Amino acid sequence: MNPGMNPGMVRDMAPVATPFFFYLLAGLAVAGGVLVITRRNAVHSALALIVTLLAVAGLYLMLYAPFVAGIQIIVYAGGIMVLFLFVIMLVNIERSSKDRRFNRMWPVGLGAACALLALFVSAFVKGKALFPDRMMSLPESSNTQQIATMLYGEGGKMGPYTFAFEIASLLLLVAILGAVIMTKKKI
Amino acid sequence: MNAPANDRTDDHISDSANDVAHRAPSNLDLDAPATPYLDSNELIINMGPQHPATHGVLRVILKLDGEKVLGTECVIGYLHRGVEKIGENRTYTMFNPYVDRMDYVAAVSNGLGYCEAVEKLMNVEAPARAKYIRVIMTELNRIASHQLWLGTHALDIGAMTPLFYTFRDREEILKIFEKYCGARLTTHAFRIGGCQYETYAGFEKEVKNFLTYVAPKIDEYEELLTTNRIWLERTKNVGVISGADCIALGVTGPVLRASGVQWDLRKAQPYAAYSEFDFEIPVGTNGDTYDRYLVRMAEMRQSLRIIEQAVNGIPEGPIMAKVPKVIKPPVGEIYHSIEAPKGELGYFIVSDGTTQPYRLRVRPPSFVNLQALDRMVRGLLVADVIAVIGTIDIVLGEVDR
Amino acid sequence: MPNFIMSYLDSSVRGTPGEAGSQFWALIYVFIIFTGVSVAVMAMNWLERKALAHFQIRLGPMRVGPHGLLQPIADAIKLMLKEDIIPAEADQFAFWVAPMIGLLAAFAVYTVIPFGPSQAVSDMNIGILFMLGVSSLGVLGIVVAGWASNSHYPLIGALRSSAQMVSYEVAMGLAVVSAILMTSLNASGTGTLSMIGIVRAQQEQGVWFIFKFFPLGLIAFVIFAIAMVAETNRAPFDMAEAESELTAGYHTEYSGLRWSLFMLAEYAAMIAVSSIAVTLWLGGWMRPFPNLLNAPAWDFIFSFFPALTFFGLAAIAIVGVARMSSHSFFRIQRVGLAVFAAVLGFIAVLLLVIAVGGRSVDANVAAGSAARFREGIDDVYWFVLKVAVFMYLFIWYRATWPRYRFDQLMRVGWKVLLPISLGVLVVTAIVGVIVS
Repeated sequence: MNPGMNPGMVRDMAPVATPFFFYLLAGLAVAGGVLVITRRNAVHSALALIVTLLAVAGLYLMLYAPFVAGIQIIVYAGGIMVLFLFVIMLVNIERSSKDRRFNRMWPVGLGAACALLALFVSAFVKGKALFPDRMMSLPESSNTQQIATMLYGEGGKMGPYTFAFEIASLLLLVAILGAVIMTKKKI
Repeated sequence: MNAPANDRTDDHISDSANDVAHRAPSNLDLDAPATPYLDSNELIINMGPQHPATHGVLRVILKLDGEKVLGTECVIGYLHRGVEKIGENRTYTMFNPYVDRMDYVAAVSNGLGYCEAVEKLMNVEAPARAKYIRVIMTELNRIASHQLWLGTHALDIGAMTPLFYTFRDREEILKIFEKYCGARLTTHAFRIGGCQYETYAGFEKEVKNFLTYVAPKIDEYEELLTTNRIWLERTKNVGVISGADCIALGVTGPVLRASGVQWDLRKAQPYAAYSEFDFEIPVGTNGDTYDRYLVRMAEMRQSLRIIEQAVNGIPEGPIMAKVPKVIKPPVGEIYHSIEAPKGELGYFIVSDGTTQPYRLRVRPPSFVNLQALDRMVRGLLVADVIAVIGTIDIVLGEVDR
Repeated sequence: MPNFIMSYLDSSVRGTPGEAGSQFWALIYVFIIFTGVSVAVMAMNWLERKALAHFQIRLGPMRVGPHGLLQPIADAIKLMLKEDIIPAEADQFAFWVAPMIGLLAAFAVYTVIPFGPSQAVSDMNIGILFMLGVSSLGVLGIVVAGWASNSHYPLIGALRSSAQMVSYEVAMGLAVVSAILMTSLNASGTGTLSMIGIVRAQQEQGVWFIFKFFPLGLIAFVIFAIAMVAETNRAPFDMAEAESELTAGYHTEYSGLRWSLFMLAEYAAMIAVSSIAVTLWLGGWMRPFPNLLNAPAWDFIFSFFPALTFFGLAAIAIVGVARMSSHSFFRIQRVGLAVFAAVLGFIAVLLLVIAVGGRSVDANVAAGSAARFREGIDDVYWFVLKVAVFMYLFIWYRATWPRYRFDQLMRVGWKVLLPISLGVLVVTAIVGVIVS
């Protein structure tokens, strides 16, 4: 299928070398995650987390969800990670990087991680019927429209998540106001 | 804690804390207690002697609360050359070139103040022609000094273009100086008793050409800055000082006039030939940086007026009064001050009858004006400190002598 | 490989190389764009020095190459040969990676910039979202650079720079959204986020978005134009990297090649955000007055503009040769400038041939590949010309205005631009609903 021969409008991207890119992105995500928890230096951990987030954005792209990928980059990598880095840099963490206090708890951590893994595996096995067994062919170009319909509604009616979206934005407004009030010396 | 041997700026906490501890509190009324210990919010930052924006080797120690300035401390003396002490060991004539080096930007005014002070001490008056020449040269120098001030001040605030324009136009003045007395910067233009050099052929024509050349240029500078919103925001209500505070601190010059006090020595205690000319004293209202800018721009225009009147009516006659070859003023003391571009420049000379003065004290305007810095920057942000230093218009050669 | 080339020149193929499924051409495009941007950055460096100098009544670089044309190359070589100083206490990995992040963020944006209706590396259908997201990754480069220097003046400067960039991203984003809103006034009723789609929407609606719903488009454009200057840390918003301030900026400790990477990232970001502005509001690759002056005669006249521009540049270069002193010391500069003028003239002649040879007299005749080629050249030309105007504006701003103090800068971003852009967005939406 070579969609390149149609004149005219924007088309979906033809998938290219899917397994290779999947393993690359997934490997990057996992490697980034491992680096986050193993680095001593907090800034290195944050950079590794950025790599993980970008890899996840790539995975979203492969799932034909370009809007989600774009939002992931803007919000997560471009906003939240900047916030993380600000906090890391403004708080004095040099002392804690030499602290080995938390490493004595590693058996407990390992146990908890194994328990979580067992939970995931059992959920996947038991609920196998719920997962589709072939790749869904979602039209990529309508990803944005579909999300918009879910969030904002269509044709004058409220969508399924409109109310929740508005409540969430009100919550964010309250959070912004709270942050401003807490940092001002006098109002 | 011992102060480190060298003056490294990144070791500022121990260094300046020591300095502050050993210095007597010198500010007018320090709202914050003058303790050398750091509050958890306070920060002491050193704007070291090497800084692109301190107009010379000036060291300013800032006590900050976050970004706000709580107090400042100026450390001067990096350019101290012992001029006053040298004056005690030179004859009056030999000391004349030294005065140019103090305020090297406005060297002609320095020379005028010194020559007039010695003439007053000797009860000699320069002839009328010499007075007119002196006025023309001094007013040209006022324009040159204000142009340099404008260029560097604008550069500190971020407008990098007026610097080149003002320096270009300043070149014309320096050409006239060079043709008159051979030097551009440290002119040594006047002598005790008058002027040594007769005006060169074409002097009046060139000065008149300069007047027509520079008047639209001053309008050009104003066009770039005066109504610019960014300039207004950077300079309005920045560095406000009231007229009463100015008088209490002894601040003179455009800083005083911008705070609303109409005091200019050219009108209050006329010297040279100023009483014969018709000009105005621009006065500001708020005492902020913007008013100081406007006052200096208006002063440039008034100087053009004075020069025009002067150059149109230079009287004929001798340029040098009858002074003996060896200048030995009678015993006595005198204080004579003039309105230099930066403020009141005063000379206090004590003579003991010999050829060398007993004591020669210079009252530099920049030194006294700099003391107002602390009063002006309280509560401002760090970026404003640089703007305020620029607006006081200091020259370190004068501050330190 | 000939198949790929032929498939691209085939007139029935009307997609970007990425869409056409041709990886080879996509790679060639990436390479061309990378080289083009690097050359553009060098040209921008030269232009900035010369234009700034001429604003300040001086000449700028004149000696390295005729009229300083080789100055950027000399600067690049000098920076590469400098000693690479890394502060002893600095975080080595972060120190090394920070300019890379900035560079990656600046260059990755170019994957979606459309130089023509089928000339982009890839026409993602979230093009504008991708651009906004990737340019916000540049903030990370600055933050890490300030941190890695391990000295608190660069750290403060970096945090300020990044706070400024983040604040103005909000206003930028809102201005962009109001432009995107206008794309949904198409005949089909759906808007698009893809860059090529946005320009096509302007083509279909017959008006550049800067003039649409006058003055709403204009206000949105002005907000974006101001925000993009602040986004790239250029004057008058360059407090964080100015030399005369107390905090000397995030790239204080960087020397030599690393510093030049930061400058490369900054100029590339400038070109990138200008490209966004051009695409969203100024009609992208369309020639001026595409609908008002619609006749083929006007098409013909406008198709000569590329050739005329290069003839003009060649003429300026020849005048420069004529005015240069004929002393023997200047011979090599004269020869160099004459060669440069000859190259420009040659390009001009080439463009003239393309313009003349590629025209189709009858508008109904399907465009042959020569005409397509000419149209492609024209598209690129108009796009580059509009971006060049913005570059000149950047330099003009730097020469003319003082800089904002940091708190005033933040005040402008949050208290002035944000409410206005919100207002424009709401009013645009209301007007759009009323009109359609």
